[in-house]
Amino acid sequence: MPYTAQAPNRRESNEELKARIPGWGVDLDPADRPAFPQERFAPEVTGAHWDFPERQPGAETRERSIEHRFVTPVFGTSAPLHGLSGAIRRFAYDKFSEGRAAHWLILIAGDRVDAAGSHLRSFFTLRPDNPVSETGVKAELTHGGFRSRFGRGRADNRHTWIDSILIAGPWVLAGVAAFSIVRRLAKR
Amino acid sequence: MRAMVYRGPYKVRVEEKDIPRIEHPNDAIVRVTHAAICGSDLHLYHGMMPDTRVGTTFGHEFIGVVHEVGPSVQNLKVGDRVMVPFNVYCGSCYFCARGLYSNCHNVNPNATAVGGIYGYSHTCGGYDGGQAEYVRVPFADVGPSIIPDWMEEEDALMLTDALATGYFGAQLGDIVEGDTVAVFGAGPVGLYAAKSAWLMGAGRVIVIDHLDYRLEKARTFAHAETLNFNEYNDIVVEMKKTTDYLGADVAIDAVGAEADGNLTQHITSAKFKLQGGSPVALNWAIDSVRKGGTVSVMGAYGPIFSAVKFGDAMNKGLTLNMNQCPVKRQWPRLFEHVRNGYLKPNDLVTHRIPLEHIAEGYHIFSSKLDDCIKPIIVPDAS
Repeated sequence: MPYTAQAPNRRESNEELKARIPGWGVDLDPADRPAFPQERFAPEVTGAHWDFPERQPGAETRERSIEHRFVTPVFGTSAPLHGLSGAIRRFAYDKFSEGRAAHWLILIAGDRVDAAGSHLRSFFTLRPDNPVSETGVKAELTHGGFRSRFGRGRADNRHTWIDSILIAGPWVLAGVAAFSIVRRLAKR
Repeated sequence: MRAMVYRGPYKVRVEEKDIPRIEHPNDAIVRVTHAAICGSDLHLYHGMMPDTRVGTTFGHEFIGVVHEVGPSVQNLKVGDRVMVPFNVYCGSCYFCARGLYSNCHNVNPNATAVGGIYGYSHTCGGYDGGQAEYVRVPFADVGPSIIPDWMEEEDALMLTDALATGYFGAQLGDIVEGDTVAVFGAGPVGLYAAKSAWLMGAGRVIVIDHLDYRLEKARTFAHAETLNFNEYNDIVVEMKKTTDYLGADVAIDAVGAEADGNLTQHITSAKFKLQGGSPVALNWAIDSVRKGGTVSVMGAYGPIFSAVKFGDAMNKGLTLNMNQCPVKRQWPRLFEHVRNGYLKPNDLVTHRIPLEHIAEGYHIFSSKLDDCIKPIIVPDAS
């Protein structure tokens, strides 16, 4: 008990643990643990054969955190900024440091504009977004949706229903809005 | 090539994309043979990570075969079978020179607070990930390693993040002989952390979750005691009772941003994105550990603030250790443990999903259907 000086008795001795658990204690010495100490100066082991990496082309237009002096020598190019969402994101990068909540909240706003715009644009392509196939909800039927969720005391059952609203809600609202616009135009 | 593509929160599909090209002299292009979905991919999938752009390919756990190398690559050649750490890192900056590979300063222009991660939003550098047929691997002389001949491919895949991170989480606990270690979360990383805690000399390992099938795995795979927090009114009190009211010596948060157990915390973070993460497991860890104890955090949180019980941590004199795992530092020791049979990584793989069915894969993992613990993606199977 913590109310007296002695530590609680061990439930199992080292010998019992070694007999029960393969490898028990092989890394007991911190020196055998590879991330100990967490900081260890050893640039020679990394494989790098440069003091500063050669610069990847394309940095001129690349957005960056204003906490960086320059665009890092290497960077990802998976989805360059574009359109309205790109302008929102660039604003977040240009105006606010990572220390400001505004930086992140504006980026999340940009994410939602990006998603909505992409959905809309997809309807003018040969492969429009399909909320049924893209959510993978078919797996509810093929991988035991009911038996996996119910009668098993899962804590997440209390909020799973919110997902349906978050996922389907915008589509339903957009559908209602589109229908009402078409109906008004038809009445004219 | 075929690649998983993000279309917005909760929506992904497979699209035809250009095969990535060499963009830097030390790049390699790797043909992916196996990839995995990580629990942290679900934070992206649920729209929690700022600057996650439509069109991005996720996937930071992958292995494959070198398809092409840039002109300055010395250590790899076309045809090599490689495992790639989830960290993108240069090997030469202030942080890499000190072993903090996950905190590299030369690979992520979008943020200084996090390094580079494959397929993990522009907040982590804007790199496409490995849930595709091909992927660009920057700093090919630094990150990837050739897969040893004796190692099974699925074991190598688990070493690119989940096992390395779990083992790293146990290290962050600074475990000493006989310690009682509480692991919050019985997902793959938590299970690997529990198993690793024994290697470091733990006297008791207790795993806490709400999914019985994962707790069963904690007992059989990780030899741990288990507590289902849903069966108790207050899991913190239960932790005190089971440790004779002392508290655990070490508590490990292996859950991160979408923790369950407190409806308000979960909804404000995972559903409405008003917090960087739901710190339920972290708060439980802080309150369950003994005064003067250590809390290890390798569960992932977003960059926005979270409602963490910092006063309790301060008043209890806790040591909080945390980081993204510098994967390659762990490998030599973990290779030994796998070869000696102390760790059997692919015991946690439950689902093998063709790339074409990636949307169902995400839904199964996200919704914990079919007793899913670890799903892997097989591009070739399509």
